[in-house]
Amino acid sequence: MSPLPGQIPLFPAALAIPLRMLPLAPMSLALTAFSRSIARRHPGLFRRLGDYDRTRFVLDPTDLPFVIHLEPGGGTPRVSLARGGGDGAARIAGPLAALLGLVHGAFDGDALFFSRDLVIEGDTSAALALRNAIDDSELDLSQEMTFFCGPMKGPLQRLFAQIEKHSGVSLTRAEENGAW
Amino acid sequence: MVMEIVCPAGTPASLRAAVTAGAHTIYCGFADETNARNFPGLNFQRDEMRAGIAFAHDHGAKVLVAINTFPRAGDEALWHRAVADAESCGADAAILADLGLLDHAARHHPGLRRHLSVQAAASNADALNFYADTFGVKRVVLPRVLSVPEIAAINAETEVETEVFVYGGLCVMAEGRCSLSSYATGRSPNMNGVCSPASHVEYHDQGGVLDAKLGGYIIHRVGKDEPAPYPTLCKGCFSAGEKTTHLFEDPVSLNAEQLIPQLQKAGVTALKIEGRQRSRSYVAQVVRNFRAAVDALEAGRPMPEGMLARLSEGQAMTTGAYKKTWR
Repeated sequence: MSPLPGQIPLFPAALAIPLRMLPLAPMSLALTAFSRSIARRHPGLFRRLGDYDRTRFVLDPTDLPFVIHLEPGGGTPRVSLARGGGDGAARIAGPLAALLGLVHGAFDGDALFFSRDLVIEGDTSAALALRNAIDDSELDLSQEMTFFCGPMKGPLQRLFAQIEKHSGVSLTRAEENGAW
Repeated sequence: MVMEIVCPAGTPASLRAAVTAGAHTIYCGFADETNARNFPGLNFQRDEMRAGIAFAHDHGAKVLVAINTFPRAGDEALWHRAVADAESCGADAAILADLGLLDHAARHHPGLRRHLSVQAAASNADALNFYADTFGVKRVVLPRVLSVPEIAAINAETEVETEVFVYGGLCVMAEGRCSLSSYATGRSPNMNGVCSPASHVEYHDQGGVLDAKLGGYIIHRVGKDEPAPYPTLCKGCFSAGEKTTHLFEDPVSLNAEQLIPQLQKAGVTALKIEGRQRSRSYVAQVVRNFRAAVDALEAGRPMPEGMLARLSEGQAMTTGAYKKTWR
């Protein structure tokens, strides 16, 4: 369900402050490994990126003190965190919950754009390709994380479910199903 | 008989979401210039189309393949191949606009049902009957320029099925003949399948004021917290003299949900939802909404209250030409 304007939860400012101390290099390595694990299970995502499968994207969760650089690398992605504005061909900016909601099919990208909850700058074509490729891939980041973390699967799933329930942030693929 | 919900799908995931949410029929296109939503990251490769149609058929839904741009001279083979592939993939119909392509399909693929795209702008019974008699067209998507009484008058004079838009983006009132995008970018929906192509769009957000540029021209500027429209010239806000206004049309979405009973009485067969460029989330929400409406109508229940404003361009809606208050 797409949110009404102003309904997207923001990452608590009190929790964002300690993230300023986050060691970015090890986090970037872990995120790159995670993204490659996703890439192995979703090769169609890179095919759908077409001409933009080597474009450098800046994903800017506006309520966090860093940006995410995403380089699809033709199917061998690299992810890195950076402070400041970051640099890339296209920037997609919005609250973390909006970006996660897009990934999980909980929100509609155009609706978030109309409501100004999402801002696109730079190469609009590349940004559209990324949005459409991710929407088609039907990712579930919680599930992907459990693939990545092996024996921690059970506790992690329970943790994600609790966070999702209490924060209203989409951490799993939206169940638009429930057959008619 | 329940009115048919015809739903957009820009990706295989959207197609599955539409089927699961209760769409009777899905329309989609190949990933090239043969369809009017040729946007980056959208549309179907041949294997995806074949699998998508099989999925829909397994769930009792139909798939229409939109091949509704106008073939370029010398490049007709691309469009001919699309028609042949639509048939071999198992499509229930092809949605066509060009006279030459209709003739080609009728001659070489007589077993493939033919629908006339809104891009052909057929807006009176004589036009509909001509397409039916000449090319065996079974259904016509009516342009968004007609009032409900005008649609009823057309249906009274034709055996051809009619399909009308009930939700989504609106075009200016000469569908299939709009050159606005070409003026600014050199590319058009009719010829290239792209209106205001993303490759020519730039956004600049400074202190919450959002400028949208198309082909280097600022076409609208919205203040902080104001809803943003699509970056199309027809929705542009222009200044002339002392006045700044939307010259062609306001950035609003069509929503004819409450007119469904009148459209049924007017003889309409199918209700079309615009938005192949939208996400699977949009598709699922809009389909559920309209499926609930047509099922309520069929069961004699009151029309449910819709929840679609948040998905609308400019977060505002209109019944468009169906209720022509300007006449």
